[in-house]
Amino acid sequence: MVMKITLGGVSKPHSSKTMKTGDWGTEYPVVDEEKCTACKTCEYLCPDACIVVVEKEDGKKVAVPDYDYCKGCGVCFSVCPAGAIKMELKEIYKLEVC
Amino acid sequence: MKKVVRGFYSIAYSVKLCRPDVIAAYPITPQTEIVENLAKMYADGELGNCEYVTAESEFGAASILVGASATGARTFTATCSQGLILMSEVLINAAGMRLPIVLVNTNRALSAPLSIWNDHQDSMILRDAGLMQIYVETNQEAHDMVPVAFKVAENPKVMLPFMINMDGYKLTHAYEPIDLLDQEVVDSFLPPYDPPVYMTTKNPLTFGCYAPPNYYAEFRVVLQNAMERAEKELEKAYKEWAEITGRDWGGHVVTEGVEDAELIAIAMGSLTGMVRNVVSELRNQGKKVGLLKIRTFRPFPAKEIKEILKDVEKILVFERAVSFGYEGPVGMEVKSACFGLTPEFYSFAVGLGGRDVPGEEVMKIINEVYDGKVKQGFHFGTVKPFEEVVV
Ligand code: SF4
Ligand code: SF4
Repeated sequence: MVMKITLGGVSKPHSSKTMKTGDWGTEYPVVDEEKCTACKTCEYLCPDACIVVVEKEDGKKVAVPDYDYCKGCGVCFSVCPAGAIKMELKEIYKLEVC
Repeated sequence: MKKVVRGFYSIAYSVKLCRPDVIAAYPITPQTEIVENLAKMYADGELGNCEYVTAESEFGAASILVGASATGARTFTATCSQGLILMSEVLINAAGMRLPIVLVNTNRALSAPLSIWNDHQDSMILRDAGLMQIYVETNQEAHDMVPVAFKVAENPKVMLPFMINMDGYKLTHAYEPIDLLDQEVVDSFLPPYDPPVYMTTKNPLTFGCYAPPNYYAEFRVVLQNAMERAEKELEKAYKEWAEITGRDWGGHVVTEGVEDAELIAIAMGSLTGMVRNVVSELRNQGKKVGLLKIRTFRPFPAKEIKEILKDVEKILVFERAVSFGYEGPVGMEVKSACFGLTPEFYSFAVGLGGRDVPGEEVMKIINEVYDGKVKQGFHFGTVKPFEEVVV
């Protein structure tokens, strides 16, 4: 199929959703569901709107990062009042240096 | 109708005749009076339905125009120097988004140290931005090039931002008798903007969306292709302008006495007039010198320039900027265009930060090069003796 290059890269809205940008970051946040109080501080302050408090099947509310778009900036980690988030290094960036 | 007006007004009046839809601007010397004149026309109800937005910065002004242009509006701004480089992030985006914003850059030096005076360092920094760039010699040429800029920028084969460069102070503040255009003439030359794509509240669109490595390169190829087409379309517009108005400013380049010249002097912008005078005086003395005025800088008319310079012994470029760590930017482009030829090459950076370039200096430089008294390569024009100290 021949690629279509639109004038000025113009596209329909929401097409940016199909562009997964979660692979940009070096680290990713991991939420400790026991510690999370569902206060939504991370949800309000995430610059990429990609960590959201959701209700799980058992009724408990916890913050869940969307790794498809998370840039690994660590804002959620630094603002969480409950210390429920830690940043982990992605596997591909783990390099053994002798 | 001929009227004695300043450079600012020659631009503002021409912009008005182009029937802009949105003007957004932030003041900066020596540009301010262009948009002050437009603001007055707006306040006096002379700009039709045009929106005039006073922005909080040049970054804001350019951003407002990106939004406006994406809705299909004909857009204009003016700036220079620090203002231009503050706009640069947005203007480079506008080029990628293929938005035909027209701006006038009233060339001014860059800080530091602060200088409000004229040279070409500001526009040269945007050489690679994807904007078309032309340099005008007089206020009449500046006046005439505004409709040309809109016409080519908005040409569906082009769709690129267009920057008209006019020397700050030297032109902007100067009084000149200007043959002010008639509305009918501009209307017959410049049709209303018919945007190939635009967004509305009912039809929202994303401009310049993310392109990962498997898509990005093609967009840049397309931008380069648009610049190549712009070379032809701009040439056509220059010709059409000459036919309609009877004022022929020439094509991408203008030459005088180059046919048998041993030395060709190259200049852009208002300095060209001075170089022309000196060249013709030297001609009268029997020296084989010629002049090459470059009007279009982007797209760069490389083939034409190479053809003109193919038999000349000496090329001498009058630079108004420096690419620190190398040499003057126009000379770099000229040399690149002349690849394969073997003329002697000289360039002199003159008039930096608005320093006066008297005819005697131009005469001295040309004579010294002509007589083989200076080394080939890049030089600065007249500088005072100095010593570098810490404080
Ligand atoms: S690391 Fe940054 S981008 Fe990712 S969820 Fe946390 S705040 Fe959002
Ligand atoms: S800020 Fe911490 S405690 Fe609050 S919702 Fe986010 S992860 Fe849970």
